[in-house]
Amino acid sequence: MSATRLKYFQTGSFAAGNRLVDPDQRSVQSDPRRANAITCGHRACQGCGEALGARYALDAALRASDGDLIATNATGCLEVFSTPYPESSWQVPWIHSLFGNAAAVATGVAAALKAKGNTHTRVVGQGGDGGTVDIGFACLSGMFERGDDVLYICYDNEAYMNTGVQRSAATPPAAYTTTTQAVGEQPGAPWGQGKDAALIALAHEIPYVATATIADLRDLERKVHTAMEIRGARYIHVLVTCPLGWGAASADSIKLARLAMETGIFPVWEGEHGDVVSVTKIRHRTPVEEYLKLQTRFRHLFAPVRRDDVIARIQARADRNIARFGLLEALDEDQLDEAVEVDV
Amino acid sequence: MLEQIEGSQAVARAVAACRPEVICAYPISPQTHIVEALSRQVKSGALSPCEFVNVESEYAAMSVAIGASATGARAYTATASQGLLYMTEALYNASGLGLPIVMTVANRAIGAPINIWNDHSDSMAQRDSGWIQLYVESNQEAVDVHLQAFRLAEAVSLPVMVCMDGFILTHAVERVELPEQEQVDQFLPPFVPRQQLDPAHPLTIGAMVGPEAFTEVRYLAHYKQMQALDLIPEVAGLFEQRFGRSSGGLVRRYRSDDAETIIVALGSVLGTIEDVVDELRATGERIGAVAIRTFRPWPAAEVRAALAGAGRVIVLEKALSVGIGGIVSQNVHGALAGLPASVHTAIAGLGGRPITKASLRQLFAAARADRLGELTFVDLSHQLVDAEIQRMLSDQRSGPHAENMLRDVGVVGAGPV
Repeated sequence: MSATRLKYFQTGSFAAGNRLVDPDQRSVQSDPRRANAITCGHRACQGCGEALGARYALDAALRASDGDLIATNATGCLEVFSTPYPESSWQVPWIHSLFGNAAAVATGVAAALKAKGNTHTRVVGQGGDGGTVDIGFACLSGMFERGDDVLYICYDNEAYMNTGVQRSAATPPAAYTTTTQAVGEQPGAPWGQGKDAALIALAHEIPYVATATIADLRDLERKVHTAMEIRGARYIHVLVTCPLGWGAASADSIKLARLAMETGIFPVWEGEHGDVVSVTKIRHRTPVEEYLKLQTRFRHLFAPVRRDDVIARIQARADRNIARFGLLEALDEDQLDEAVEVDV
Repeated sequence: MLEQIEGSQAVARAVAACRPEVICAYPISPQTHIVEALSRQVKSGALSPCEFVNVESEYAAMSVAIGASATGARAYTATASQGLLYMTEALYNASGLGLPIVMTVANRAIGAPINIWNDHSDSMAQRDSGWIQLYVESNQEAVDVHLQAFRLAEAVSLPVMVCMDGFILTHAVERVELPEQEQVDQFLPPFVPRQQLDPAHPLTIGAMVGPEAFTEVRYLAHYKQMQALDLIPEVAGLFEQRFGRSSGGLVRRYRSDDAETIIVALGSVLGTIEDVVDELRATGERIGAVAIRTFRPWPAAEVRAALAGAGRVIVLEKALSVGIGGIVSQNVHGALAGLPASVHTAIAGLGGRPITKASLRQLFAAARADRLGELTFVDLSHQLVDAEIQRMLSDQRSGPHAENMLRDVGVVGAGPV
């Protein structure tokens, strides 16, 4: 009997279904008996990308550390929806202090462990884009430059969702937020502003920086595992969708995260000691319009007057990412998982 | 061991003897000498095991201390002035979480105008932060009270600020009896945290609390400070027993028992006040002083008892609550409710202006002659102030006050007159 070569890619998702692979290759998350760092019953919205991303990331960190983990958390959605008094979803030792200090609190935890001669317990700091890219950035940068033994994970949903969708430094240009209203000649968030926290993290030349999205959770898990193999300051920037803030259907959360990657809007890469060492290739290059039109935060680009100029500008931004990170180089199936050197 | 030593160095030695496990600091005058000395102790291995973290701000300093303390490490930092304000949010968080961090505040003025010299504006601004606030009068007391602070903080699981006058104490070289390590080890038991981040026993710290229990959690913070009111004299008593010196406590009376006029003050100025009290006592005047050594929790009963016999109370304050006047005096007023004593506020020593014996003699003379109002700014230059008020009234665009007044004073570098 001749062997038949199967492609596990499901239409539109590229995700290999768990039922189609050998049990030992199946996702840990597909096991109904699995233990989660964040248990169900929390108060996140339906389709919350942050809840999904945080659970996968923390679970992976938990596995990588054999359950020997302490987590710190910035103020924000993740903190609020996971700890409504007197309940807590956290199955790991967890501390929330303030909005802007999750990285510094993590430094303190790591310093305490070091002073106590504890070399086995690991430390993860977490925050949303506001708590990381804006108000917590000084603490984050300080933690990086000192090389503190902390893995910091930013769940980036591109605005201050917890306070009601205000603009952050991670909000993309032209996006509507409640503080970048869709009015005037340049509706939405202004152009020429904002920062790329992952590239800035890379510039600290720390041992490991990666970006990821909730569209490829196995990739996220792998990156967390990689990060946990390393000591020192490490950073993972995860794009997480927000149905509320993006004005998207809850059922489209994964699809939108995938489109962000496939359009080139959100480049997915890994870096070591200041250099990008691998990128996730785009399989089906998609025009940004496909991504934009699913979100009411970009509604003003399509109606009442279609703003081809703005859409073209967003496309140019995505194209620049594609060129800059080499996201479209010819795909060789055998090389799919190999590192690709690129210059940034 | 008796040594001729700078206040900061002495404090660093005392802190090191308390075996902190994590020290984090951001430099700000006049706190720097303390943390410089500690960084040397850690780096040389003399203080081990201990991590010294050079942080990027005071906000981070307190945040690192929060993380370390929540992980069960004895945590210490030091700051002053703008630095103390910059960590304000984290200060409230540390006390709200009930983390027994000890911090030295090298008291310094707050700008604008920027000023590096001593007054109490910084720590007074944090009086409601939930931290225990202890004020020391000398470098000997600074050393002693730091030892007590760790014991106290860990017993009630609340953070403690040890407030010592910047420069006046931190940079003064004088004789200090430094404790031996064994003595400190006997006095200060190992830190047993009330709560600890531990993977073997996962715990959520810092959960969101709504109206259903917020009042209760805040009440407990108050309850613990009230507990500290009992514990502070106990710890001071124990300290005296072990070390043979009286330091710390709630209030200290100086020739005040039969005094008609009592001066209330905090910190190093007590030395000058006591000299003047002695002089006036020699002339037969019934005058005395009361040192507030614990400002938070507020020892209302002890203050009331110490001042009950006085007809006149002068609260000498190194801080100003703009728009009302005294801060300590408001608390003294409350403690004296129903008693006949008149309470006068004297704002003195702001931004490092020396509080001289001559100034105090003049102030007390005015009190004696019943010429002292409710609020006095000691040694205020009315000439300087009046000129600027005149400018302000006559010209909407009269410019910045500080620079105008510096020009009047004729300070070098203030520009042409």
